Amino acid sequence: MIGLQHYLTISAMLFVLSIAGIVINRRNLIFMLMCIELMLLAVNFNFIAFSRYLGDDTGQVFVFFILTVAAAEAAIGLAILVVLFRNRRSINVQELNTLKG
Amino acid sequence: MNLTDYISAAPEMTLLGLICVVLIADLFVDDEHRMLTFWMTIVSLLITMWVLLATAPLGRIVLFDGSYVSDPLSQILKVAAVGFVAIAFLYARDYLRANDLHKGEYYILGLLGLLGMMIMISANSMLTMYLGLETLALSQYALVAMDRKNPVAAESAMKYFVLGAIASGALLYGISWVYGVTGELKFDEIALAIASDPSLNSLPLWFGIAFLIVGIAFKFGAVPFHMWLPDVYEGARTPVTLYIASAPKFAALALTLRILVDGLGDLHDVWSDMIMVVAVLSLLVGNIIAIAQSNIKRMLGYSTIAHIGFILIAVFCGTGKGYAAALFYTLTYVLAVAGAFGIVILLSRRGYEAENLSDFKGLNARSPWFALMMMFIMLSLTGIPPFIGFFGKLNVIDAVLSSGFTGLAILMVLASVVGAFYYLRVIWYMYFEGTDERAVLQASADTRLVLSLNGVAVLALGIVPGWLWALCTAILG
Repeated sequence: MIGLQHYLTISAMLFVLSIAGIVINRRNLIFMLMCIELMLLAVNFNFIAFSRYLGDDTGQVFVFFILTVAAAEAAIGLAILVVLFRNRRSINVQELNTLKG
Repeated sequence: MNLTDYISAAPEMTLLGLICVVLIADLFVDDEHRMLTFWMTIVSLLITMWVLLATAPLGRIVLFDGSYVSDPLSQILKVAAVGFVAIAFLYARDYLRANDLHKGEYYILGLLGLLGMMIMISANSMLTMYLGLETLALSQYALVAMDRKNPVAAESAMKYFVLGAIASGALLYGISWVYGVTGELKFDEIALAIASDPSLNSLPLWFGIAFLIVGIAFKFGAVPFHMWLPDVYEGARTPVTLYIASAPKFAALALTLRILVDGLGDLHDVWSDMIMVVAVLSLLVGNIIAIAQSNIKRMLGYSTIAHIGFILIAVFCGTGKGYAAALFYTLTYVLAVAGAFGIVILLSRRGYEAENLSDFKGLNARSPWFALMMMFIMLSLTGIPPFIGFFGKLNVIDAVLSSGFTGLAILMVLASVVGAFYYLRVIWYMYFEGTDERAVLQASADTRLVLSLNGVAVLALGIVPGWLWALCTAILG
């Protein structure tokens, strides 16, 4: 029987995976944006599992809002990425090092 | 839902309507007449301010089925946010014109960010809070990247975006656990659920709270989640830095007070230790690293981290006095920091960014009046009487002492002494170092007037701080 704790475990694994992806990834900014999306999806997973468990629809409504905001966030993120690429001809994470101190 | 709901939310609705008007009108304005956008923006802010004052609530009004709240705290924070956004626009205008950046975007994104702040300040449920937070954050990411041909601005925007998105993710993950344990999203219902069932106060809820604190610390820019703050302050153009450094701090304070006090006030024992660790680290790291900076924007960034430490320590006390001290500190700190960035903008001119500390050398010879204003502001940030910053620090330390944390109070005083070094260095540069720079400070009369008022207010409020403190304690005490 698949219970609440299984869903929560999957969600926690996805969340940790996305954080690890952002921290470990030293090459490509696109990966980073994908990890951010994955993080929000992990949260959605959590909300839906809790919502089903509690028999309360509010959590599912929250998920719709998160999905909408995630789309807006991806749009802004990609726009910044394009600006960055135009200026530097590179989206390598390791080259983002002019600001220090 | 009824008519009173709409009246209490009228300021936000008015602002949203006016943003649409400015957005469309700006399409038909060419670059020579861009001042029209600026004045429309200022008029929009004045109208919003008027609606805000006209619909001031007498008590606490909960509207839209409990997801929105209008109370004296939201009122004072919104008035301050609208006021400081207007001041930021005014300081920014001349700089943007001189640097070919005078586009409608700055004002429109700034107004949208203000809308996000107002929603956050009035949020009474996790959902409203999250939506306000994202409205503010997305506007800020775009603002930082506004100078499209500047590689440094693009880099800092990317860093801000990635770390801000992680912060939102952590906050949401925390919210999902609090929702899972309590079954509620509205702050008062979360508080009620926890009060009525003590068995909820267990590990799953603490796990959620830890993530909430991470999200809050990220948004405030507290150590160890401060990495974005100095980079964004330095990388963004100065008017954008001014905007990010001033009004959003009110929204961050509202985020903290609404979630931790309104929603999780009964669990003070659980979150206070986490807040204290974050606050003390901010205090120490901010003050110590600021000493090593030669860039004034970066230095003010690290000084912001140190001031955030003070605000969070006031919240940590968990008493009405502590919350009132946090409110007082935020109001007075933003007043001083807006003036400081105003002076940095004043020193800049076409193609020349006055962002190094050495640019302040000999300022007294170039402009004695604005050197005096900068000295007022720096002394206020240091916390020297009779300037207002002193009373901010005094109230926080008083609240900490009356909660019985003597060691913490001593640490705060020591950290302030360390902080004095880098603020006083600016004054030293202005008065006791020479310069070859002879360029006259150029600014229009209204900017000079408001900047002077800002500097004088730091002193005047410090001479009569009683009424503001009485106001803060009446709201939160």
